[in-house]
Amino acid sequence: MAGVHVSTTVNGDDVEFVCPGSESLLDVLRNRLGLTGAKEGCGTGDCGACSVTVDGQLVCACLMLGAEVEGRQVQTVEGMAQGDQLHPLQRQFIENAALQCGICTPGFLMAAKALLDRNPDPTETEIRYALAGNLCRCTGYDKIVRAVSATAKELSQEATTKGSKKR
Amino acid sequence: MLEVQLSGTLRDAANGAASINIEAATIRELLRKVVEQYPRMAEKLEAGIAVSIDGNIFRDNWGEAIPAQAEIFLLPRIPGG
Amino acid sequence: MTLDTQFTDQKFKLVGSRPDRPDGVDKVTGRARYGADASAPGQLVGAILRSPHAHAKIKKIDTSKAEKLKGVKAVITSADLPDLTNGNRGNYDILENCMARGRALYDGHAVAAVAAIDAETARRALSLISVDYKVLPHVTDVDAAMRSNAPIVQPHVRTAGGEPSDKPTNIAQISTFGHGDVEAGFAKADKIVEKSYKTEQTHQGYIEPHACLATVGPDGQGELWVTTQGHYTFRNLCASLLGMDIAKLKVTSSEIGGGFGGKTHVWMEPLALALSRKANRPVKLVMSREDVFRASGPTSSTSMDIKIGCTNDGRITAATATLRYQDGAFPGIWGMLGAMTAFACYDLENVQSVGYDVLVNRPKVAAYRAPSAPMAAFGVESTIDLLAAELNMDAVEFRLLNAAKEGTKASYGPTYGPIGIGPTLEAVKNHPHMHAPLGKNQGRGMACGFWFNFGGQTCTDLNIGVDGTVNMTVGTVDVGGARASLSLIAAEELGIPYEHVKCNIGDTASLGHNDTTEGSRGTFSSGMATIFAARNAIEELKSRAAKTWDIDPEEVDWVDGEAVAKGVEHSNLGPLSLAQIAKASPNTGGPIAGHSETVADGAGVSFASHICDVEVDPETGSTRVVRYTVVQDAGKAIHPDYVEGQFQGGAAQGIGWALNEEYIYGEDGRLQNPGFLDYRIPVCSDLPFIDTEILEIPNPNHPYGIRGVGETSIVPPLAAIANAVSNAAGVRMDHIPMSPPRIRKAIKAEAAMHQEVSAG
Repeated sequence: MAGVHVSTTVNGDDVEFVCPGSESLLDVLRNRLGLTGAKEGCGTGDCGACSVTVDGQLVCACLMLGAEVEGRQVQTVEGMAQGDQLHPLQRQFIENAALQCGICTPGFLMAAKALLDRNPDPTETEIRYALAGNLCRCTGYDKIVRAVSATAKELSQEATTKGSKKR
Repeated sequence: MLEVQLSGTLRDAANGAASINIEAATIRELLRKVVEQYPRMAEKLEAGIAVSIDGNIFRDNWGEAIPAQAEIFLLPRIPGG
Repeated sequence: MTLDTQFTDQKFKLVGSRPDRPDGVDKVTGRARYGADASAPGQLVGAILRSPHAHAKIKKIDTSKAEKLKGVKAVITSADLPDLTNGNRGNYDILENCMARGRALYDGHAVAAVAAIDAETARRALSLISVDYKVLPHVTDVDAAMRSNAPIVQPHVRTAGGEPSDKPTNIAQISTFGHGDVEAGFAKADKIVEKSYKTEQTHQGYIEPHACLATVGPDGQGELWVTTQGHYTFRNLCASLLGMDIAKLKVTSSEIGGGFGGKTHVWMEPLALALSRKANRPVKLVMSREDVFRASGPTSSTSMDIKIGCTNDGRITAATATLRYQDGAFPGIWGMLGAMTAFACYDLENVQSVGYDVLVNRPKVAAYRAPSAPMAAFGVESTIDLLAAELNMDAVEFRLLNAAKEGTKASYGPTYGPIGIGPTLEAVKNHPHMHAPLGKNQGRGMACGFWFNFGGQTCTDLNIGVDGTVNMTVGTVDVGGARASLSLIAAEELGIPYEHVKCNIGDTASLGHNDTTEGSRGTFSSGMATIFAARNAIEELKSRAAKTWDIDPEEVDWVDGEAVAKGVEHSNLGPLSLAQIAKASPNTGGPIAGHSETVADGAGVSFASHICDVEVDPETGSTRVVRYTVVQDAGKAIHPDYVEGQFQGGAAQGIGWALNEEYIYGEDGRLQNPGFLDYRIPVCSDLPFIDTEILEIPNPNHPYGIRGVGETSIVPPLAAIANAVSNAAGVRMDHIPMSPPRIRKAIKAEAAMHQEVSAG
């Protein structure tokens, strides 16, 4: 079996792996790199449990090939916290009880972060549509939307405080 | 003497009776006597049974005491989700 | 020490608060390990070959080519799973469902399995297995399966509860419940509504597919890491099906990515163990989403006739229901459950419900959250609304007038203790949602629901560390935040901070048997066992304090996490905290622990009433839920965040069931939509915020009054939404899901009828 040699960056670290040309990025992350935070809920891009970003773009890792990430920047849920500091989204998810079984949580966090990175002050509707590619069967999404909303508020307050300090 | 009401397909094993009269102080005694009177009930017990004593449903606790004059229902054992 | 299960109206310091869940950080960082996240050195990848036919005789399976493929380490068929069930038909059915034995009974039925060095080799091996099928006639519709000329799914089945007969039938069971004289009751009625309804098959739709890692050695010892709601039940069943000793199979429940009843059942775990045994290597077996839909736990599709009569002043005089539920290819009790729950919300003098359990060529039906209750509630609550409309009476008032209460003889037999249906209806009546204005094309509906809730065998171990922190091990699986609730309970009893308790889910080697986490029993049962374990530990703590003080243990009280010497004669002795006693424990008798092995019986029934506003687009038939409110009796909400979560999640699943979700079978008996693209569950943009109101009517049989909250919330939505859609669209919807084509068709039919009437 001829493998493809891939050099890439995952959560800021240089990584090299060899995988069959047909292997999905999700299988590479989970089975070769030991990053099992991204989950396979469907394998067909319908559930979003495997959401990661590649060069800042939110993707379903099950729909990309491992070979496609050559020379690119991959971010997974494992890279979200900075040292012992949880990302505000991670903290808000816990504080708002926005997870029950938690299997969809890594995907929701990645999708929510991608949303807040491009739209720091989303409306409820914008949050709901931005997260519509991620399935959750436990929560009815209520507390997830509230957690994302609360994070946006927290981040904008932080930005204001920082801004006023600068002035 | 307790009047033991039978639910659903349990009546099959009691020759179609809707209720049977049994003297019993605990669930264990009740079930033993039910099988003595109606041997086909053994199969139903094996498949799983629940006993309602005055509206409280017991699935496993066969030592549970049955008050005199209690309302007793034998129900098939029910699963949940 | 005898431990009383009676409700005591204890005043709480921690219970009812909302601390962060203890497994939160693991789950937001990706560290939590689910079914497919474990690996073992030398592990093989398992794969399953499934029948493409709805019904077929398996004439021959040739695995020789697959076995010869390089990298294939084991191939199994039913020949590798000898029948050890010893006449236990239920277990035989489970064995046959795991792997077809001479006949394939539904599209997706497993026929062979392989274990190979990697996924690619395993897939290729499957393609090299040749199966010689003789395709047989099939039936997938419940009504068609009941006809006398229907293809027979299980030739050995005769109808239990029916007239004795020697003729094979698909009607596995007829279950009748009720009391009074319904004919006499209908004779007294001024108004009678009679209507038929249908619901389609839905899947629990947990996001995590079934997954396990199995290891069995030639010494007969094994381990199974698996996503399950009941690792002890899985252990007992797998050991029994494979001829292993229960004690030699250790089952560890992984974090579970949703279950809702679908993970109460083994589907492919015995196959993973059998493959591992044959290969003598660990085998990881993970279902694809397609496999999950085709071959694991959907709920029944149904067909129902409901008839209810009442007097002009709104009192119901009689009610009947005939409920036809399909069980898939193996006998179940799903129609029976529908019959038991159908009229449970009402105080009825004359009532009869008859449940039919019917076999079809579809996957074996499994429990799905308050199994069977939502469909029956859809039929009954729709009919109740129709009757209220006939009377020109408010639908809530009509329900209140007929609601069951303490002392009501339930339609399934027993007499109710204190129950919450009346209070949930009162809360709905007074809720601002009920009085908010509606927009164009909008309609409001409400409905009630009931579920039993269960307890069962349960163990909790509680070990106190020398620093005074507490390590607690429970045997029920945490499906939605139970570790937070149970930690709250332990901390409450011991009088220590919530953060000083660490709650673990024990594997089967570390505790006695625990029943499956089903029937909303997690917090009810493990809560009870935790209270008892903590109270046992407190007895020990008091005795250690007594030793320290050289006084009689009887003279020691436990107050707010401290041992206190009673009486003025001991007023010189300052209190000893749990931490102080723990620190001294090496010298006062060794480790301090409390444990409880109990049968937590006496779970309280629970009721809910839901309100729903929808907007129906008359052009497309598309429906949008614009507002939703859940009112439910929790008995006692230990951690209200996760109680609300259960209410919201159940409502969302019900919304999906009501509007979108359905198994679609082709003429060929094959499932046409086994994926989340075509079997569409609600997404974030489909739903509004779901408001909740928690009522607390204590369960008299639990020290804290807990009833169990997980399931009831899925019971009212089908009916509440059907009532709302019917009010919005001006036509009565009698077929779930109310997908856009069905609504459009109903609107058109209604319009055509009006035209005919006006033309005539």
